[in-house]
Amino acid sequence: MNPFKYEKAASLSGAITAVQRPGGVYLGGGTNLIDLWKYGITHPDKMVDLNGLNELKSITELPDGGVRLGALVSNNTTAYHPLILERYPLLSRTILAGATAQIRNSATNGGNLLQRTRCYYFYDPDSPCNKRNPGSGCPAINGHNRLHAILGHSDSCIATFPSDMCVALAALEARVRVSGPDGERTIEFTDFHRLPGDKPELDNNLGQHELITAIDLPANGFADNYSYLKLRDRNSYAFALVSVATGLSIQDGLIREARIALGGVAHIPWRLTAAEAELRGKEPTEANFATAADIILAGASGFEHNSFKIELARRAIIRNGMMALDPASQRPGAQPSL
Amino acid sequence: MKKQNSIGQPYRRIEGALKVTGRAKYAAEYQVEDLLYGYVVNSKITKGRIESIDESATRAVDGVVEVFHHDNRSSLPRFDLLYSDMDAPPGSPFRPLYDNKIQFAGQPVAFVVAETFEAARYAASLLTVHYAEEEFDVDLKANMDKARDPSKGLATFIKPLPPGPRGDFEKAYAAADERFEGKFHHGSQHHNPMEMFATTTVYEGDGKLTIYDKTQGTSNSQIYVSNLFGLSMSDVRVIAPFVGGGFGSGLRPQYQLVFSVMAALELKRNVRVSMDRRQMFTFGHRPETFQHTRFGATKDGTLTAINHEAFAETSNFEDYNEVVVNHANMLYPADNVTLDYKLIPLDRFTPMDMRAPGGSTGMLAIETTMDQLADQLDLDPLEFRLRNYAERDVSSDKPFSSKELKECYRQGAERFGWNERQPTAKKVRRGNRLVGHGMSSGIWDVIALPGKATATFTAEGKLIVESAVTDNGQGTYTVMTQIAADQLGLPLESVSFKYGDSKHPLSPIQGGSYTTGVIGSAVKAACLKLKDKLFHLAQIMDGYPLGDALPEDTIFTDGAIILKKDPSVRIPLTDIIAFNRGEAVSVSKSNVPNLLKIKQYTRAAHAATFVEVEVDEQLGVINVTRAVTAVAAGKIMNPKTARSQILGGMVWGISMALREETLLDNNLGKYVNTDLGEYHIPVHADVHQLDVIFVPEEDRIINELGAKGIGEIGVISMAPAIVNAVYNATGKLVKVFPIKLGDLL
Repeated sequence: MNPFKYEKAASLSGAITAVQRPGGVYLGGGTNLIDLWKYGITHPDKMVDLNGLNELKSITELPDGGVRLGALVSNNTTAYHPLILERYPLLSRTILAGATAQIRNSATNGGNLLQRTRCYYFYDPDSPCNKRNPGSGCPAINGHNRLHAILGHSDSCIATFPSDMCVALAALEARVRVSGPDGERTIEFTDFHRLPGDKPELDNNLGQHELITAIDLPANGFADNYSYLKLRDRNSYAFALVSVATGLSIQDGLIREARIALGGVAHIPWRLTAAEAELRGKEPTEANFATAADIILAGASGFEHNSFKIELARRAIIRNGMMALDPASQRPGAQPSL
Repeated sequence: MKKQNSIGQPYRRIEGALKVTGRAKYAAEYQVEDLLYGYVVNSKITKGRIESIDESATRAVDGVVEVFHHDNRSSLPRFDLLYSDMDAPPGSPFRPLYDNKIQFAGQPVAFVVAETFEAARYAASLLTVHYAEEEFDVDLKANMDKARDPSKGLATFIKPLPPGPRGDFEKAYAAADERFEGKFHHGSQHHNPMEMFATTTVYEGDGKLTIYDKTQGTSNSQIYVSNLFGLSMSDVRVIAPFVGGGFGSGLRPQYQLVFSVMAALELKRNVRVSMDRRQMFTFGHRPETFQHTRFGATKDGTLTAINHEAFAETSNFEDYNEVVVNHANMLYPADNVTLDYKLIPLDRFTPMDMRAPGGSTGMLAIETTMDQLADQLDLDPLEFRLRNYAERDVSSDKPFSSKELKECYRQGAERFGWNERQPTAKKVRRGNRLVGHGMSSGIWDVIALPGKATATFTAEGKLIVESAVTDNGQGTYTVMTQIAADQLGLPLESVSFKYGDSKHPLSPIQGGSYTTGVIGSAVKAACLKLKDKLFHLAQIMDGYPLGDALPEDTIFTDGAIILKKDPSVRIPLTDIIAFNRGEAVSVSKSNVPNLLKIKQYTRAAHAATFVEVEVDEQLGVINVTRAVTAVAAGKIMNPKTARSQILGGMVWGISMALREETLLDNNLGKYVNTDLGEYHIPVHADVHQLDVIFVPEEDRIINELGAKGIGEIGVISMAPAIVNAVYNATGKLVKVFPIKLGDLL
């Protein structure tokens, strides 16, 4: 870990000014950044600590019926916040499916969007990796690729984005509020992350020195019919091989609106509105969820160790659709209807 | 007069409070003055040579004191023997920084010593090493044609190679009514104890060193350091009172010990070198192994033919061996048997004993094969094992010193409710989940070695017992205290067991489940000798009240010698010391196993495990919902610490069956999931209801205590029982371990 300058920001504008040098980074919870730094994957020379910015630390109701999540609110505080538990239980479930209690206490909402992939090769500075060292190659394509993408991958990168929380944020159509040297802007959640293409070094569309200030949730939290299903190599503290967040609005036994987002399968939280449109007006049955699953996975392709994820994802979408009909089973402590 | 026994009582660990309150110090936690910190640089290549090293950027970092590598290191010996340690397999042990040759990925090539850990780590990252890379071969599967017999040595004496063939396997297999053939595989596994390897060396002056090392053998580290650096044993003291887990990884000295000592001697300063988690993947590990079984049986369920072959990785410089294939015929007395165990040398580090080495590997194939045959024969798996129960070990034509496996089967099955098992798959459901039951036998050989201890009775009325042995966390400290206390009839508070320090009597490394038998017997022998000496002093005391009583007419209890037939006749032990002019009475005693006697028997601990799994039928998620392990391991010294040992073993079994594997990239020649985020061991949410039964077993052959050891036996039967339960639930047999999410889709 290289020596660096440390500055604790006293204001948002101060933070943005302080970070404007080539090796400047913002520090939120640090749960991913510090690991990357210690491993020699990133070498910032200035850390601008945002933890003094109290204006980014609250969860508030918005006039349109939505809720604003401050970027510096911890993952656990968010997951257990009464507004979230009551109106966005899907978000709460996804957050609590990730990491460990200790990590979630430190990790922030803004940081969750910015975590890097968990590809083994990305984390080894001595291995080639197009994401870490553009042009050096991708050993995952012919190597160990169990954690890797089945959708939206490119010849240069097959990494996945590891967040659970963001799967719900994609399903809920959240918006990301950012500030930077050129002022403020809002990014639709599905536009925030990007596919690897031939620039896998870029995980998202955040501009240089921009920082996330808040995440806005729209009014509809799908609190009546929701479910998050995370399939992984152990029951806790493992990243998703496949995860599915489903939210349904059901009226008179028919699906009025459906949201389905997948985690662990692509460089972004994967959502396909065409599949959701297919479910509109249909009964929430296994057969109908299967049709939606087939639409979502139509273009999927796997590698030596992860092809099973295509069928697994299909089954998980169907199962999670049915689980969304029984939201009581999603409450903490309940026996999941798995 | 009734004597109180502490052996067999569920005492808490004596050091438990120290550990849970953070007051127990580990090797990297000793605060000494003027401490320097070393950080290791590991090779970026798998095989080749170091051409040059550019130190300039490293040395320019503030606080850097020295950079050590093969070109400037202090003198090291030239002979293999001097690098040998108590667990060294036949071959040429790895020599850290010896020359410019790179033999495996992650090989330490240099270390940087600085005034702070941070400076050392940063400076190490700036060291430029130029390599000349050579073609490497790390792929076990692709090199099966290189399989050969292991070399023989001390290791093959303790861990014997398979016995020769019996009968005519091929003929009997061809003639069998039912046959099963299985090919099994598991990858490498790394021990990953919570405490990472570290050494703090205190430079005492005059060439004397005090070394706080993470090790499973203080004597082992002491001898190794003395040999490597040409020091007198009396100048090297190695201390390790607390070990944050070992699982076998501490059976051999690791490179941080060499570097810490090298720097301390060279710089005449106190030096700490600690590894990080990634470096914990740069040395010994459970070897990746392919196995092949072919078992045949008659219609009535008599096993007639056993063929078990194993093909395991080793390094290109040492032949690590373990007992993988020997157990099938010890457990099941078939008459036609061929066993084979082969090694394949690769450009990897030498494998190393890892909890239940060999046994857990072999039994996974043996017991899975047994269940498949039982299924084909339409027999309950337990019934099939009972029909083939070995009352005598036909593989070596010897009786068992004791064997209560049948009772393990009975009690385990009863506690579990085995009679409710459905013989065919997909019969029992809970929601979307299929429920399956599986079982397995377990066996672990009892190893006998010499041990030594001293025992001292002080003027303050305290018994002090000493051995250099460590306590990796399983309760050795407590159990040795209990053994000593019982011998002299003292409460535990009056006994002090001094251990984990090479200044005490030499001890073998702590592994193989033999510590209680080996060191416990030595402690008992030393205490018996001490009693004898105290009795003889009492005999010549003025006003000796015991008349012409012999030692056997008396009893040591409540801190006194008491006449059995008249308990009012009592000589306090402190009076004896007073009579001895106030001088403590001390004895030293070695306990050497009677090989002539014990070699006439097959000596093993046994177990039976019964497991319930739930498998999500569509998603393939597996959960071990409950398990019962019944253990027969001779005398159980402390049921509380013993139960914890078996529970830990059962969790290891869950890990072997469902979680754990170090992924090797054959193209890059190295392991890739080298952190605890991606190297999966079970978490709390993976561990459900576990139950342990100790079946009473008396054994007068194995050692003075009748204790067989329990370090490994809890692991062995768990993984195969899980695999068998998954088969019972789903009808699918997975033979590549760990079974992963996706394997059952």
